[in-house]
Amino acid sequence: MMEPNRQGEVWVFAEQEDGSLHDVALELCGKARELADRLGVKTGVVLPGAGVESLPERLIAHGADNVYVIDDQRLGHYQTGPYAQVLCSLIEKHRPQIVIYGATPLGRDLAPRVASTLRAGMTADCTDLEISDVTDPKTKTDHKNLLLQIRPAFGGNIIATIVNFDQWPQMATVREGVIPLKEADASRAGQVVKEQVAIDSDSLALKLIERHIEPRKINLKGARVIVAGGGGIGSKENFQLIYELAGAIGGAVGASRAAVDGGLIGKEHQIGQTGTTVRPALYIAVGISGAIQHRAGMEESAKIIAINTDQEAPIFSVAHYGIVGDFRKVIPMMIKAIKEK
Amino acid sequence: MPYDSIVCVKQVPDTANVTAEAMKEDGTVNRSALPAIFNPEDLHALETALEIREQHGGTVTALTMGPPKASDVLRECLYRGADRAILLTDPRAAASDTLATSYILSQAVKTVGRYDFVFCGRQAIDGDTAQVGPQCAEKLGIPQVTYLEGMVGLSGEVAQLRRNIGRGWEIVEVRLPVLVTVLETANRPRPPAARRVMRLKRARTAAEIAGRVRTEMPDASDGQRQAEIQRRADAQKERGLLIEQWTLDQIGADLSRCGLAGSPTKVHRIQAIVLKKEGYSEIPPTEQGARQLVHELVVDRTLG
Repeated sequence: MMEPNRQGEVWVFAEQEDGSLHDVALELCGKARELADRLGVKTGVVLPGAGVESLPERLIAHGADNVYVIDDQRLGHYQTGPYAQVLCSLIEKHRPQIVIYGATPLGRDLAPRVASTLRAGMTADCTDLEISDVTDPKTKTDHKNLLLQIRPAFGGNIIATIVNFDQWPQMATVREGVIPLKEADASRAGQVVKEQVAIDSDSLALKLIERHIEPRKINLKGARVIVAGGGGIGSKENFQLIYELAGAIGGAVGASRAAVDGGLIGKEHQIGQTGTTVRPALYIAVGISGAIQHRAGMEESAKIIAINTDQEAPIFSVAHYGIVGDFRKVIPMMIKAIKEK
Repeated sequence: MPYDSIVCVKQVPDTANVTAEAMKEDGTVNRSALPAIFNPEDLHALETALEIREQHGGTVTALTMGPPKASDVLRECLYRGADRAILLTDPRAAASDTLATSYILSQAVKTVGRYDFVFCGRQAIDGDTAQVGPQCAEKLGIPQVTYLEGMVGLSGEVAQLRRNIGRGWEIVEVRLPVLVTVLETANRPRPPAARRVMRLKRARTAAEIAGRVRTEMPDASDGQRQAEIQRRADAQKERGLLIEQWTLDQIGADLSRCGLAGSPTKVHRIQAIVLKKEGYSEIPPTEQGARQLVHELVVDRTLG
């Protein structure tokens, strides 16, 4: 178990695939910068992979001071064992005070394994991180500058703030898309630190037989406006209206789980706890009742318009504008109004 | 070749179906109004193990950690085909975070002894952390394969598994033993078998037998009650109707790694989500309404 190291850096695990960085790594660099400035320490990014020498530049531009690169052929395709070994040995060597990971399928596979080995705390799927002093109610001890790990829990019905007093590093996975991506600053200076880690052959437990990656066709996270349809749309034909409104307003098309499960649209459009989390400037929810799982993925949107025939639908409780009515009539009116504006 | 599986299951509050009755006036959730259910993904973990047994032989052991009432999910496992059910219940395990929980579960798995597979649902719907599976694998010193979508092949000591990786899938080959976390897309869980329900609905844990004895023998001495509990437990066991009940002592757990003491993460604050209503305006479903709405969005620069 590791003792608190208050001079330790704030670290980010940089997820990449085939030499291309995951957006969440850049989002987290910005967050780490903010936390590190508050603590008066440096940021570090751990970058394991094969052929990743071109990536540190972007990480530095997004806020990294030190990029620890572990370039090894055996790290080309992610698997838990060797990646966990890399993280554990670098954490033991440099003793960062905070380590954050993207709450992606990969991050949520890796981070708990690392935490278990280090016997450190780990909080899953945070939506925000802050630094604050905390008093342990049990021992009345004051702890300076702890990481507040903020996450929805209990099916999204509550927000829990989690802290880790003494089994450091303080670690968390952070949901994609919840930290606004800051602009890159190409003039930032940072250091690339080449690291060697011994990888046991035992840790290479999996043999990759076949892999199939779907191209990411739509960019929900980057959209300024999203028009999303739910189970209430009823049919694929009706879903065309969603596309038409999105086209008129210049937005992307999203969907609730009910619409995806009902076969109205592909899973890559799904917004919510099991889909993508979005925070566009404008979110138009059409025929979406607003189950908590859906709201968790969109309620941070700056403006929300809900269109639904059921005036009791929970979506109206998070909406700024509500239209109680049939979308088949309302959408054409909206398209007309947009064209006239 | 036969394979032995241990399936970790959890009883959870039904957080996915928060009904109006479960909402308090202040907009927060009344937890006690939520029914306790079988964690949905754990049913798929159980089904995976049962399918392996059907094709290759072997055993399926269901394991849960929780309050005495969690025996309900173990009976469900028995109805669906589990050979053996173990309830790990101990007040000293309460308030365990994922690290402590995975330590306790791994000790219980080690106590079961021989296994080829440990199956878990990907995550439980009360915490949604998905951490206990990987942490349990680490404590057992075995590989993990998360997000199972289907078994591709199983022969000798090697399994080929298809796992979801978010934007696609991959097939990996792994040497047993392995811990696998299972998604809902992996299979369709079988319903409880009527004949098994008839036979196994009387399956009880020691705690349940003790509770029954206390109500039936209110005036008996402790010694008499103990003797009666023992007698009934033996009779249940004889008929294959005793759900094993373990404490932390039986699994050789280091108490400093269990419960609150073994949990590095502490809940600092809980805030109920109160659905906000301020700043809401209702727009009539008319052309005039649509124009007014678009106008407002242009004025506040939401639309360019």
